[in-house]
Amino acid sequence: MAKVKFDILESTCVPLPLENVDTDQIIPARFLSATSREGFGNNLFRDWRYLKTGEPNEKFVLNNPVFGGKVLVTGKNFGSGSSREHAVWAIFDYGFRAVISSFFADIFMNNSLNNGLLPIVISDELLIKLQEMILKDPATMVKIDLEKQTLTILPTGESVKFAINPYKKECLLKGLDDIDFLLGMKDMITSYENNKRVAK
Amino acid sequence: MKSKTLFDKIWDGHVVRSIEAGPDVLYIDRHYIHEVTSPQAFNGLKERGIPVFRPDKTLATADHNIPTKDQHLEIKDALSRNQVEKLSENCSKYGIELFGLNHSRNGIVHVIGPELGYTLPGMTIVCGDSHTSTHGAFGTIAFGIGTSEVEMVLATQCIMQPKPKKMRIAINGTLKKGVTSKDIIMYIISEISTGGGTGYFVEFSGSAIIALSMEARMTICNMSIEMGARGGLIAPDETTFSYLRKLPEIRGVKDLESSINEWKNLKSDSDAIFDRELEFDAADIKPMITYGTNPGMGMAIDASIPMPADKPGESSSSYLKSLDYMGLKPGMKLLGHPVDFVFIGSCTNGRIEDFRAFAQIIRGRQKASNIQALIVPGSKRVEEQMVAEGLIEIFKNAGFEVRQPGLLLLSGNE
Repeated sequence: MAKVKFDILESTCVPLPLENVDTDQIIPARFLSATSREGFGNNLFRDWRYLKTGEPNEKFVLNNPVFGGKVLVTGKNFGSGSSREHAVWAIFDYGFRAVISSFFADIFMNNSLNNGLLPIVISDELLIKLQEMILKDPATMVKIDLEKQTLTILPTGESVKFAINPYKKECLLKGLDDIDFLLGMKDMITSYENNKRVAK
Repeated sequence: MKSKTLFDKIWDGHVVRSIEAGPDVLYIDRHYIHEVTSPQAFNGLKERGIPVFRPDKTLATADHNIPTKDQHLEIKDALSRNQVEKLSENCSKYGIELFGLNHSRNGIVHVIGPELGYTLPGMTIVCGDSHTSTHGAFGTIAFGIGTSEVEMVLATQCIMQPKPKKMRIAINGTLKKGVTSKDIIMYIISEISTGGGTGYFVEFSGSAIIALSMEARMTICNMSIEMGARGGLIAPDETTFSYLRKLPEIRGVKDLESSINEWKNLKSDSDAIFDRELEFDAADIKPMITYGTNPGMGMAIDASIPMPADKPGESSSSYLKSLDYMGLKPGMKLLGHPVDFVFIGSCTNGRIEDFRAFAQIIRGRQKASNIQALIVPGSKRVEEQMVAEGLIEIFKNAGFEVRQPGLLLLSGNE
C-alpha cells in the first residue's frame, strides 16, 4: 500500500469525456507482467494514446499539449471490469492525483483510496458542464479541499460537496494506511480466531 | 432475534471489529493468490519486514500470465517468466502452498478452489481477481480485491470493507430447452445493465436457481460482477452437499457430515429484508447473444439489436459508438451472421460440465474451415476428466485446437 497524503489540490484538468471506461482500457492486460508498482504511467490508456505503428495518436487528449494537470475528468462509470490495481497505479504514476466522474466501479474506488488517488463523484449534470468548460477553456482551474470535502470550479466559484468515507478521509489527510491500523490490532484478530473456531 | 439474510449471517460472523462511521474489519477464511496481482503485495511485506500472518489459509496458483501450450518449456516472454518465478519464490519464502505451472493440480484459481475442496459454505474468500465471486455458488461471501488489499490480507488475514447493500434476484419457473445458466445471468444483466448491481451483494434464489448444478451456479455467481455487484451467492443445499461429498479431499474438515448439518442453517430467514428485490420468470429467458463491447449489450439470440432509446443503462452516443466499433446497427438481427472465432474456457465456462455439453453438440461434426476454434480446460483435473471421457478426441476430430489449462486471452503470452 502507498502512504500518500492528500489535503488541498488546485490544478487544471484533463478531460476524457468517455463512458464505461474499463480497467483494460486504462492499462491493457498485456502490460501487467511487471512486479513493481512503478512505471505503469507509460502505458496509461495505451491503445488510445498510441497508434498501431507505435506513434503517438495526436487525436488523444493526453497527446494534446493544450490540456494538462493533476485532475482527470472522465465520463460516467469509470474503472469497471477487472480488479487490477495496476489501473490506479498507471493513473497515479502518470501524475494524476484526483479523478472526477459521476460514477465509479466499486473495486476501482477502493483501489484509488488505497493509493492516494482521490475519486470524486459529482452529478451527471455538473460533470457534463465541467467537461464543456475545460474543453472550451483548458486553463480552467479546480480546487479540491479534502478536509471540507469540496470541489470548486475556480473561474465560476461554483462549489459542491463530495462524499467520502470518514475513515478513508482521515487516512488520506494523515497519510496513514490500513495495514498499520490492522497490524495494531493483531491481538484482537488472534482472539477472534480463538473464540470463533475459524475454518482451518 | 432480528431476522437476517444469508449474506448478513456470514458477514456478521466474520466481523472482528466495526469502526464507527468506517469500514468493518472482516476476517478472511481463504485467500487465493496468483502471479499477476500478488508480487507488489509481497514487496510491501518485505519493505515492512513482516511475515505472512496465516500462510495456511492462503492458496496460490499460476493461471493468468502463463502460456496454454508447451507448458513444459520455459516461458518465452521474460517479464511473464519473471512474474511466475517471483510467485514460486514468494510462496516458498513465506510457506504458502503453490499449485504452480506443471503441478498436477494447477488450474484457474476459481476452478481449483472448489475442486480441491478449499471453497466451503459459510466462508469469506478473497482473491486479487474480480471473478472471485464464483465461489459464492457454495454459499460463501467471495469477492475480488486490489493488490493493496492482497497485502492487507497477507499481513493480517483481515480486510477493511464497508458492508454492501443486499439484493435478492429470484428466478422462478422452468428454463426452456437450450437455456443455460450463462443465459440466465446474461439476461439479468441485459435487463438491469452493467451498473444495476453496483453497491450490492446479490443472493440468487428461486426454483430455476435451485435446479442448477454446482458448475452452473458458479457461472452465475462468476458473472454477477458484470452487473456491477460486489459479488453473488446462492444458499447451500443438497446439490452443494452432494458435490462436496464427491470430492477426493475437503480441506480442514474432519467430519464432513457434521459440517453439512451446520451448513444447512446457511440460508436467509423467511422474513429477512433485502434493500432491493427482483424477480424474473425462467420461461422468459431465451439463449442469449451479445452484440457490443460490454456485457450489458446482450439479447435473445433471435431478437434484433435494440434502438438506443430502449437501452436505459447506456447513453445514446456511447451505445452507437460501440455498435459502430462492432460493425453493427440498431435493428439488425445476428442470426445468419457469420462466426469468426469460437472459444470455450476461462473461469466462467472452463469446467467439465461446459465441455460435456459442448461435446454433445459437436460430436461427429466438423467446424467450418474459416473459423478458429479453441478449447481451454480450466484446470489439470478438468483436462484429465476430458481425456478419460473421450471429450478431447471429439473436439480434435471436429477440428478444434485443444490447449493446456490457463486463462488464455488474458495474458501477453498468446
